[in-house]
Amino acid sequence: MSIFIDQTTRLVVQGITGRDGSFHAKNMMYYGTKVVAGVTPGKGGQRFENAVPVFNTVAEAVHVTQANTAVIYVPAAAAASAIFEAADAGLGLIVCITEGIPVLDMTRVLPYVHERGARLIGPNCPGLISPGKSKVGIIPGNICEPGTIGVVSRSGTLTYEIIHQLSTNGLGQSTCVGIGGDPLIGTNFIHCLTAFDADPDTAAMVMIGEIGGTDEQQAAEFVKERVKKPVVGFIAGQTAPPGRRMGHAGAIISGSSGTAAEKMTALANAGISVMKRPADVVPLLKERL
Amino acid sequence: MNLHEYQARDILRRHGIPVPPGEVASTPAEARAIAERFGGKVVVKAQVHAGGRGKAGGVKLAKTAAEAETHAKAILGMTIKSLTVQKVLIAPAAEIATESYVGIIVDRASQRPVLMVSPAGGIDIEEVAAKTPDKIHQLAIDPRYGLLPHQALALGFTLYSDVKQVRAAADIMQKLYTAVYAVGASLAEINPLVTTPDGTVQALDAKIAIDDNELERRPEIAALRDVSAEAPAEVAAREAGLTFIKLEGNVGCCVNGAGLAMATMDLVKYYGGEPANFLDIGGSSNPQKVVAALRIITGDPNVKSILFNIFGGITRGDDVANGIVQATQAFPLKVPIVIRLTGTNEKEGIGILERAGFAALSDMDEAVKQAVAKAKGKAA
Repeated sequence: MSIFIDQTTRLVVQGITGRDGSFHAKNMMYYGTKVVAGVTPGKGGQRFENAVPVFNTVAEAVHVTQANTAVIYVPAAAAASAIFEAADAGLGLIVCITEGIPVLDMTRVLPYVHERGARLIGPNCPGLISPGKSKVGIIPGNICEPGTIGVVSRSGTLTYEIIHQLSTNGLGQSTCVGIGGDPLIGTNFIHCLTAFDADPDTAAMVMIGEIGGTDEQQAAEFVKERVKKPVVGFIAGQTAPPGRRMGHAGAIISGSSGTAAEKMTALANAGISVMKRPADVVPLLKERL
Repeated sequence: MNLHEYQARDILRRHGIPVPPGEVASTPAEARAIAERFGGKVVVKAQVHAGGRGKAGGVKLAKTAAEAETHAKAILGMTIKSLTVQKVLIAPAAEIATESYVGIIVDRASQRPVLMVSPAGGIDIEEVAAKTPDKIHQLAIDPRYGLLPHQALALGFTLYSDVKQVRAAADIMQKLYTAVYAVGASLAEINPLVTTPDGTVQALDAKIAIDDNELERRPEIAALRDVSAEAPAEVAAREAGLTFIKLEGNVGCCVNGAGLAMATMDLVKYYGGEPANFLDIGGSSNPQKVVAALRIITGDPNVKSILFNIFGGITRGDDVANGIVQATQAFPLKVPIVIRLTGTNEKEGIGILERAGFAALSDMDEAVKQAVAKAKGKAA
């Protein structure tokens, strides 16, 4: 199986004719994702790559093609609006790749999405991939292998690094989800771990966190109380100085809160095997499986 | 992006919050002139992006304009938490009866703006939270409705018993909330919110931090940036489209992706080295960006070796390799460089680098070990 996306995913690409949108839409199509529609206001009626119909609005795209998932490659200035539009069109899953959406906009986007029963993944994320089935986002398909490890991560290339370790050591993945590097995101560790725990084809999970906030600590509590499958975890930023934003808008230690040490302790107390470095993921998983 | 106290006070004043007057001086003579204009006692306050200014001697009361000049002379040029004071704020000294705290921050856990008030003002709010958390009253605000009058009033009653002051505080809270959304703040604090002996409620000090993601759409706020308050290397990095934070070590790092960059720094330490910096070069293999990164990293005299860690997804390994070769031709290096390249076109990229005489490998642990050894002047 997998979580959130699989071969039944019918994808509408918002921003399909832009530089990033067109590049990644092609990659997703090449991977085997069912890209059924694209949206760029003003380019309705065109066909992308002679195959995918382009519409002016998401509502029209959904009406005509029965798309059930959206991916957003729209620049930051218009991305919040793109999420509102996707939720308004009744889509069940919305994946926002865009980095740079103002946090205050997200305080308004999140309740809107939630009320309409949609799941938002991101923003500021690489998306997700169920190897061999579907890819929604920019995670390179060629580093993934189908298998039974569920991966959930706040990072981009660090996620690829860990997927690479898994794939080259016989540990394929059921689904890899990038939840994103922003402080306000639509889907968190607990959401993904819950879904992985319920997925018959996921045997164990890897969670990749970083400094800032309390998402990992809350996830650790949740794992302790409710998760049956083995979990291995990594926290990036042990050497990060307090008070500085380390790239990701959400990667900042405020006062003494959100440190890597605090998170690693919380994970360990919950029975999660804690990696000290990316290469530890394979031996720790093998110990637990 | 941080704002200085005087900038935060201006913003709050513009939103109708009672903020006493104040003017900025860059020289002792200017400070004296401002103090003379105000007449009477003034306070001279260092303008730096750091807390604990008072404890560091950066806030001084002056009884006369001459004294204001003397204090300004001592405070300007002073270093507080490794930041140099370049401006001071001169404000009429207020008579203070009580001090409270009012602040709004976007809270990640509730995903809402949270208003915090405390009758324990004039102290670091983190200290209050740690020692006497019952003195902090919090409210998560629903951004669809804003701060409702009855909510602000209830919080006002936790600060004061005189209903005139309660209403004044509630009004200030609502205006603070409006200001947060108007300027794109991630944090806005009034500490202390004071009452004067005659009963007036005023904001005596203000701190506002702006969400960096707001700057593109708020050029008038972006223009408030004080570049002189930032490290030149970090300014250069931002202008080159990189993210750079200087640390204390000697292994310079250049990585694509913030999470991987943090993990790389951590791995340097794991293998007994000390990272010299955090640098996220982003997703491009553009040689100009690589040159900019090398210039910034080698601008730190502590750097004894440089480690590149690139995981190519969309970015292709051969493009990255060519970028590094071109960059080092334009900007020759005096310290050893170790390049870890993996992902798309990894073999081609490593081939290009090896032929150009670089140590290039695909294993992250090996690359870090080599970079650490080279920084110590040894072979790995």
